[in-house]
Amino acid sequence: MEKTWNNKAWFLVLPVLLLVAFSAVIPLMTVVNYSVQDTFGNNEFFWAGTDWFDEILHSARFWEALQRNLVFSFIILALEIPLGIFIALNMPKKGLGVPICLVLMALPLLIPWNVVGTIWQVFGRVDIGLLGHTLAALGIDYNYVRDPLDAWITVVVMDVWHWTSLVVLLCYAGLVSIPDAYYQAAKIDGASRWSVFRYIQLPKMKRVLLIAVLLRFMDSFMIYTEPFVVTGGGPGNSTTFLSIDLVKTAVGQFDLGPAAAMSIVYFLIILLLSWIFYTVMTSHDADA
Amino acid sequence: MSFSWMAWTLPTAMFFLTILALLIGMSIWEYFAPGGSPRIGILRFETTRGDRLFISLLGAAFIHLAWLGLVGPNLWWALAIAVVYAVGVFRFV
Repeated sequence: MEKTWNNKAWFLVLPVLLLVAFSAVIPLMTVVNYSVQDTFGNNEFFWAGTDWFDEILHSARFWEALQRNLVFSFIILALEIPLGIFIALNMPKKGLGVPICLVLMALPLLIPWNVVGTIWQVFGRVDIGLLGHTLAALGIDYNYVRDPLDAWITVVVMDVWHWTSLVVLLCYAGLVSIPDAYYQAAKIDGASRWSVFRYIQLPKMKRVLLIAVLLRFMDSFMIYTEPFVVTGGGPGNSTTFLSIDLVKTAVGQFDLGPAAAMSIVYFLIILLLSWIFYTVMTSHDADA
Repeated sequence: MSFSWMAWTLPTAMFFLTILALLIGMSIWEYFAPGGSPRIGILRFETTRGDRLFISLLGAAFIHLAWLGLVGPNLWWALAIAVVYAVGVFRFV
């Protein structure tokens, strides 16, 4: 049967195009315009050319923040993806345990980012926080306000607490969609627990894992609210990620030109890394 | 309606008009040769001509940034390299 082409269907896409134009394209165009100009307010702009990009590319502050972002995203993916898979594998597949586990898993996702930051800021405080006070009582010298390593551990653990359940729920959705016939065939063949995971569960979870990895990478790379609320980017600059640095430049210092240039470089890095992740994972999928 | 808040300049307008012209050109190409001509090139994964445009533009952005960071603010050579790179992408990727 010959396929019917109806180009009128393109008009159905127009509302989405308009929405994307107003929410993404026009702001992005404005940022590009700002990145090559300087302003002192009052909507007056002066041409700066590539000066801000030059300044950003030669700024140690920018590279250090980028390095922190990359390390943070790597740690987050290395912790949340295996942990999410492990929890999803061990969640009940039927019975009363299913809704209980699903609600428990969804709870952290329902809490707004700034509230999560506040919870962990109080939780980690040595004087009144349960975590900080308990660690101090155990003789562990923990103080996220003073020690960069403690600040990093707090921010990482907070992110793991907040977002691992997203990975769990995605993996769980992938796992429950596997037909019983696969497990029965594996049982007949005498497959080990590892073989079932390696050759049945993991391949069937590949698509949801791709989404989980992409979402967690992009989110962790763009993280702002939680570390800003907990540490404010400190102690020193130890938890100042690119987004925090960007807001300090744009809002704190009102340097719109450098902030716009930084935003574009930041955007390009996220675009490149997300494209690499997506291409590697989907091309591997196509080979399989 | 005033767009002065967007702080338009001639170079940025030309930049976006070029991107728009590329997208319109790709749409016309797609109209006359539908399907996106998917193929597996030197990167060993399937790309359509839309993918190749994306790779070209993204690469061009990084070529310009690298030139700016490593060489200097005169970007004409970076533009030339980006054009050669884009031709290479459309030919071999």
